[in-house]
Amino acid sequence: MSSFSFENRAGIAERYPGVFRTDWWQRGRIAILVGGAVGLFLFGIVQLDIPFNRLSQGMVRLGEFVQLMLPPNPGSWAEVLKYLHALGETVSIAFLGTLGGALLALPVSLLAARNVVASRIIRVLTRRGLDTIRGVDTLIWALIWVGVVGLGPFAGILAVICSDFGTFGKLFSEAIEVADKNPAEGVRSSGGNHFHSVRFGLLPQVFPVLLSQVLYYFESNTRSATIIGIVGAGGIGLQLAEQIRVLEWQKVSFLILLILITVSSIDWISGKLRFAIIGKRTVA
Amino acid sequence: MRTAVPEFPEARLRELADRYAAAIAAKRRRVWLGAAVLIAVAIAAGWMGEVSLGNFVENFWRFPAYFVSIAPKFSSATAWSDLADWLWGLPRWTRLLGDTLLIAYMGTLSGALCGFALCFLASANLVKSGTTVFVTRRVLEFFRTVPEIVFALIFVLAFGLGPLPGVLAIAIHTAGALGKQFAEVVENIDSKPVEGVAASGGSWVQVVRFGALPQVLSNFVSYALLRFEINVRGAAVMGFVGAGGIGQDLIEAVRKFYFTDVSAILLLIVLTVMLIDFLTERLRHRLLGLEGSTR
Repeated sequence: MSSFSFENRAGIAERYPGVFRTDWWQRGRIAILVGGAVGLFLFGIVQLDIPFNRLSQGMVRLGEFVQLMLPPNPGSWAEVLKYLHALGETVSIAFLGTLGGALLALPVSLLAARNVVASRIIRVLTRRGLDTIRGVDTLIWALIWVGVVGLGPFAGILAVICSDFGTFGKLFSEAIEVADKNPAEGVRSSGGNHFHSVRFGLLPQVFPVLLSQVLYYFESNTRSATIIGIVGAGGIGLQLAEQIRVLEWQKVSFLILLILITVSSIDWISGKLRFAIIGKRTVA
Repeated sequence: MRTAVPEFPEARLRELADRYAAAIAAKRRRVWLGAAVLIAVAIAAGWMGEVSLGNFVENFWRFPAYFVSIAPKFSSATAWSDLADWLWGLPRWTRLLGDTLLIAYMGTLSGALCGFALCFLASANLVKSGTTVFVTRRVLEFFRTVPEIVFALIFVLAFGLGPLPGVLAIAIHTAGALGKQFAEVVENIDSKPVEGVAASGGSWVQVVRFGALPQVLSNFVSYALLRFEINVRGAAVMGFVGAGGIGQDLIEAVRKFYFTDVSAILLLIVLTVMLIDFLTERLRHRLLGLEGSTR
């Protein structure tokens, strides 16, 4: 016992040199990593021409904006009704977008899963296609669909369907690939064909996982649906961008408050549903 | 070879079969009920979201037509000069893409540092004060829920046009998102090292540094890389509201119908995003593989 007191530190260090030796190799690597990260950051400041004098001015102005925002005030009841309608559009965009994206992605994700489709070419082509769709942001899809079906929430729904199609296709195919293969083999060995093994051996296992991912994305899509109004695809983003442009700060803060409440409640509901479906909290 | 399969008496078998049929029927009823609710909600949302199938069918041809019209025009005789025409702005676009990546990087790094500082205050297993945890979590939630484009819109008014508002907007959103994910990681750590450091007289900072940090660092870096991937996409559209990067050129090309420019810029963005996805995924797998983490 006494040998562990601190008077004896030199003795301990002598007995366990490996523990007390300074690992210069490790430290050097960490120093290079941190130095590289900081260096890139400084390079960014120079390259992007970040104006430091505007930083302090901007902070002051931001403080003024925040003062002007308080308290949140929509103006009149007519405005409140308009905003609630826009909010309804936003939630509809998120809901139908997520649903549509998931329904379209399910069959395609089967094509991209190694344990369903044996052909490598089909799989790789499907994957690259999904990657391309995913590489285009929801806002860009919204721009394109506004050109196709005109301004309004319908364009937003189609945009969310497109970007979710890419995301879900990838997530679903990954979930399908990690599924246990024993049930599928069981179905095959008792005489089922390939279709049966996928339908009865594979899908029942992955369905709760997929559902939980869809619910998780419903929440995150509510966030992205709040902004696609900025390019004219309906929802509360349109109102928000307009009020920011005309500097009606009290209305802006009211709209932000509305968005916060909506997203939090959808987060809460989808969390409960996910918990009910798969029995434990998982992060997708 | 004969095997004796035990058989239940007829009445017992019938009872079991009935019970099975009832269970299946109950499950089927639940599924149908769920489907009915889903369809009802979808119809309501469709009414709210002004879904119009007529409009869709009538105008859908514009969707492929748009892609045809933005496609570059090549003829076999002048393929090379056509290519040069199509990518006429390549030097400018490459620089803007570089700017976009830098915006994403700077936003991710500063946001991750903020999230890192805040996440320990939001973890119930490291902070005794319930108020601190509650307040930190609400602040993180606010940062995360307000979309980054909205922050960017406001910051553009405060700081002027340029990449600075973009960086700040991404940083704030990242701080909120990563702070939450980091806190979830911290709440799931093994409590023994933490208790060990506390029991041998460590201060709160030492508890965090030597008890918690070594357990969570690889997960933190992995989440930060994932967030960088997301932020590259976000930074690509920051220019829509004047907050720097390639988005400005893209939305101008779309609005002014510079069709081939649209396809060139879109292609460059998609390629960049794919490349970043690929690199970060490699890095993350190596990182998590090296540390032998469970995730």
